[in-house]
Amino acid sequence: MTQPLRILVIQHDPARADMLTDALRQAGETEVMVLPSDSRLASRIKELGPDLVLIDLANPSRDALEELTLASSPADRPVAMFVDRSDPALTRAAVEAGVSAYVVDGIRPDRIRAVLDAALARFHMFQKLRTELDATRAALEQRKIIDRAKGVLMRARGISEDEAYALMRRAAMERGRKIADVAAAIVTASELLQ
Amino acid sequence: MTPALEIGFMPLVDAAPLIVARDMGFAAQERLDLVLHRAGNWSMLRDLLDLGRVQAAHMLSPMPVARALGLGGAGPGVETLMVLSMNGQVVGVSPDLARDMRAAGPDLGFGDAVATSQALRSARPDGLRLGVPFPFSMHAELLGYWLGPQVTLATVPPPDMAAAIGAGDIEAFCVGEPWGSQAVELGAAELILPGAAIWSQAPEKVLAVRAGWAEENADLTGRLMRAVWRAGQWLSLPQNAPLASEILSEPDRLGVDPEIIDRALTGQLLTRRGGELIRAPALLEFHHGAANFPWRSQAAWIAGRMARRFGLDLRRAAEAAQAIWRSDLYRQHLADLAILPAASSKLEGACPVPQAVGATRASLILSENRFFDGLIFDPSADN
Repeated sequence: MTQPLRILVIQHDPARADMLTDALRQAGETEVMVLPSDSRLASRIKELGPDLVLIDLANPSRDALEELTLASSPADRPVAMFVDRSDPALTRAAVEAGVSAYVVDGIRPDRIRAVLDAALARFHMFQKLRTELDATRAALEQRKIIDRAKGVLMRARGISEDEAYALMRRAAMERGRKIADVAAAIVTASELLQ
Repeated sequence: MTPALEIGFMPLVDAAPLIVARDMGFAAQERLDLVLHRAGNWSMLRDLLDLGRVQAAHMLSPMPVARALGLGGAGPGVETLMVLSMNGQVVGVSPDLARDMRAAGPDLGFGDAVATSQALRSARPDGLRLGVPFPFSMHAELLGYWLGPQVTLATVPPPDMAAAIGAGDIEAFCVGEPWGSQAVELGAAELILPGAAIWSQAPEKVLAVRAGWAEENADLTGRLMRAVWRAGQWLSLPQNAPLASEILSEPDRLGVDPEIIDRALTGQLLTRRGGELIRAPALLEFHHGAANFPWRSQAAWIAGRMARRFGLDLRRAAEAAQAIWRSDLYRQHLADLAILPAASSKLEGACPVPQAVGATRASLILSENRFFDGLIFDPSADN
């Protein structure tokens, strides 16, 4: 069973908001919230925590969403746009560029979920890439610290690189800690002793 | 056949050179058909340019710089062909805050940046939430420079500024006309300072294109730049202000009463509802003092402020920004029309009175250029 998708629609025109809400609800497992366009948008979105924000391409409050995106926290969420008139070239170009997903107004209810799912999938893909990049960076940092700790041990004890690494691994296992933590402790201690 | 160019703009008085270039026939004179698209927000305008839906756009001067600095998401490079307008921002406060400021001191007038900031500080010692139109805007940079990093900036679209201050979401704002005057008209705000009092030569809006477009379309670029330049010259003549206000007031342009647009174009503002019109010199400039020339030092100043705000390397930021500020293209395409300065970079803030400088022909008088605190920005130094 899929989790209901929590979608926030930003639309100040009640008639249009209703139309979109109906289409989204018909599309299936969806919880729809509606906010009028307003200047407190950023804090409201944080409170509501939707999976996806749907906003007019031309909506003035989109700039406030940009500010939110700029703050770029992990809580970032995908923003899909819907455009007034069907502009196939613009829509295709936008989706290909990965700027956002553009949902064309008047879309058939049976198509809307697919478009939104695509927007979410794209977002999660980018987020995964970003997480992987962060993990790679962290791993690199750890490698550097382990190398420095090895150097400290090699000089202090007159042992080989392999022996230094084995020593750290044993210390980590005995204390139930990670090698990187042991290495960081050695580096810190050596800096204090200098 | 007359080629067509799609241009995006935001509903602001400083979009006038683009609107006038089309409606007063300066584009047609260059055998160019301008198709204008009004955008609902700055992000949309940027996306339309990125996606090739428009070929050129009216942009906040820091927007192309932000792209060059890798801020606010990736995308194709954007370049600045020319400056469309100088200054034009106004700072407004809620009637409550205005009353508290008056209670604390004498009448501040309209233009004393130092006294006004002191009055703001003493009226709101615990800080202040100010609305700006976009995270990357001259408004945000000027406020940060003037009031320091303590103030909280919130993004509020220009047409919503009056409603936001009326609802108490913000207590003050910096916005481009006519939206400051509109807020005054609705009784939601009083104007306390023109942007020009913070920096008297702040490049406000620019004409932006995608990187490489101007080289691929050199002929079109030249025609577009000349049409816009002539529109700026036309706008600088006082007798044209009434007609310009009418043109801009059309529903598919700004959709605001011509009387309110008139204020920015004539430099006469109403600072509060029911008050008197006051003269605000250098409020908004489209032409005089080489206003359209994209000085690389302007890009360096913007980049420097942004680098501080977002923790980037100052020197690298300045270099990246200057590279997309195309004074070379301006020289190439406007040599026959405009008087070109001999240099492409200058000391910003070092011109307390109008000054003649070296130029290609005749002489060029640059307008007063000073920062409120008297500092001088040298783009070749690590500021």
